[in-house]
Amino acid sequence: MSVLKPLNGNQTIAEAVRQIDPDVMAAYPITPSTAIVETIAQFKADGLIKGEFVCPESEHSAMSVCIGAASAGGRVMTATASQGLALMWEMLYIASGLRLPIVAAIANRSLSAPINIHGDHSDTMGARDSGWIQIYSENCQEAYDNFIQAFRIAEHLDVRTPVLVGLDGFIISHSVEVIQVEDDDEVKHFVGEYKPVFPLLDTSRKITVGPIDFTDYYFEHKRGQIEGIENSPRVIEEVGKEFGKKFGRSYGFFEEYRMEDAELCIVVMSSAAGTGKDAVDELREEGIKIGLLKPRVFRPFPYEKIAEALRKAKAVAVLDRSSSPGAFGAPLFTEIRSALYDSSLHPKVVNYVYGLGGRDIKVEHFKEVGAKLKKIAETGKIEEMCGYLNLRE
Amino acid sequence: MKKETWKELTIGTINLNAGNSVQNLTGTWRSGKKPQFIEENCIQCFFCWLYCPHFAIRVEADKVKGINYDYCTGCGICSEECPTKEKSIVMVKEEIKLAEERVK
Repeated sequence: MSVLKPLNGNQTIAEAVRQIDPDVMAAYPITPSTAIVETIAQFKADGLIKGEFVCPESEHSAMSVCIGAASAGGRVMTATASQGLALMWEMLYIASGLRLPIVAAIANRSLSAPINIHGDHSDTMGARDSGWIQIYSENCQEAYDNFIQAFRIAEHLDVRTPVLVGLDGFIISHSVEVIQVEDDDEVKHFVGEYKPVFPLLDTSRKITVGPIDFTDYYFEHKRGQIEGIENSPRVIEEVGKEFGKKFGRSYGFFEEYRMEDAELCIVVMSSAAGTGKDAVDELREEGIKIGLLKPRVFRPFPYEKIAEALRKAKAVAVLDRSSSPGAFGAPLFTEIRSALYDSSLHPKVVNYVYGLGGRDIKVEHFKEVGAKLKKIAETGKIEEMCGYLNLRE
Repeated sequence: MKKETWKELTIGTINLNAGNSVQNLTGTWRSGKKPQFIEENCIQCFFCWLYCPHFAIRVEADKVKGINYDYCTGCGICSEECPTKEKSIVMVKEEIKLAEERVK
């Protein structure tokens, strides 16, 4: 039965894991994702899940266990954050290169130094070229919904690519929300039975997984891997719609909030989008035609659709919760600015880095951005292309 | 041999022809030196067979009989590990042939 439950972000992920009951769960606890691992371990101890739970000595080993288990033919998940994801780095590329449909929940957290345990997107943004599909969540409900859909997307035969689901550290991972937890059987049915491709445990067929490629084959194998993630938009769309049909909450590549006639637009991902929507409401009351676009899928980047959604705006501010030192703007900004290059209309696009190390972003900061966008739209001039929000100057 | 295009390859770098490394003649890597087996010195301790990283020690009827030059890379470990007073495997100079010639 579908029920309303008060759960924090970590618990919602664990709840989805209990319902899906993957064959193998391998994870090393790290703040702020610890409670995901802890709750799964509790479920296992209580006999609520049948899958194997492995707690290895590091995140590098956790991802290695996932790769081994997925190669063997199992449905596999893990959870981590920050330095944990960083320690998984080389194994992330192996998971995607071997086309293993592993699903990971990442409680987004900053990277050291300085050491900090709070939420920003430095960890997953650093992994943006690792070949994983990346889906970001605004709240606990979205984290739960995205995590369930992630298995369908990763395991689709045209995709077969690992998926990570981001939920902002502490802001989502530790905040309790009343969420709709769907019926166990309905979730199981939605995710469906897992059919591995070339499992190692099928001893009737002799295969080698992960052999060496020299200069004559590496390029072709990499091209094949790219095809998997390039096939995923169709699947992401289908799964998002089907999820909506079944559970009443549909998902696409991004959410548009009051964008119909918007001349100004703020682009922001994850939990900050909630605050941004409040700011948009207040600015609308002041007569400012502003809207908000919240990307949900960052890899593959839906560049055509985003360009179409933004091209009619006069000024766009892209808010990034990570930095890319030395680059022309932070990750989301460079994607969006590039996506608009071939567009017939060119809004002015500026970038603000916000919330590093969990620094708050409030309605007033969004309104500050709104005022700057208004000025850019009126004058057609950009004073500062890449700036910072709520930072002591 | 015609090489597959990226569309023809199996998903995830999977090799459906497990064990095909036997087709990879690592002997073509050898350059300069090759091991030479001296049967009269050999005490059949099998150290060379055990240490050879390419399974290139030829064994017939449970006896070490020489070197399989198709796979021997000329690393010299067999000679190094050989415990006999007068070495049963010695590294000698090898005339270098083109790799293509050997593969044939």
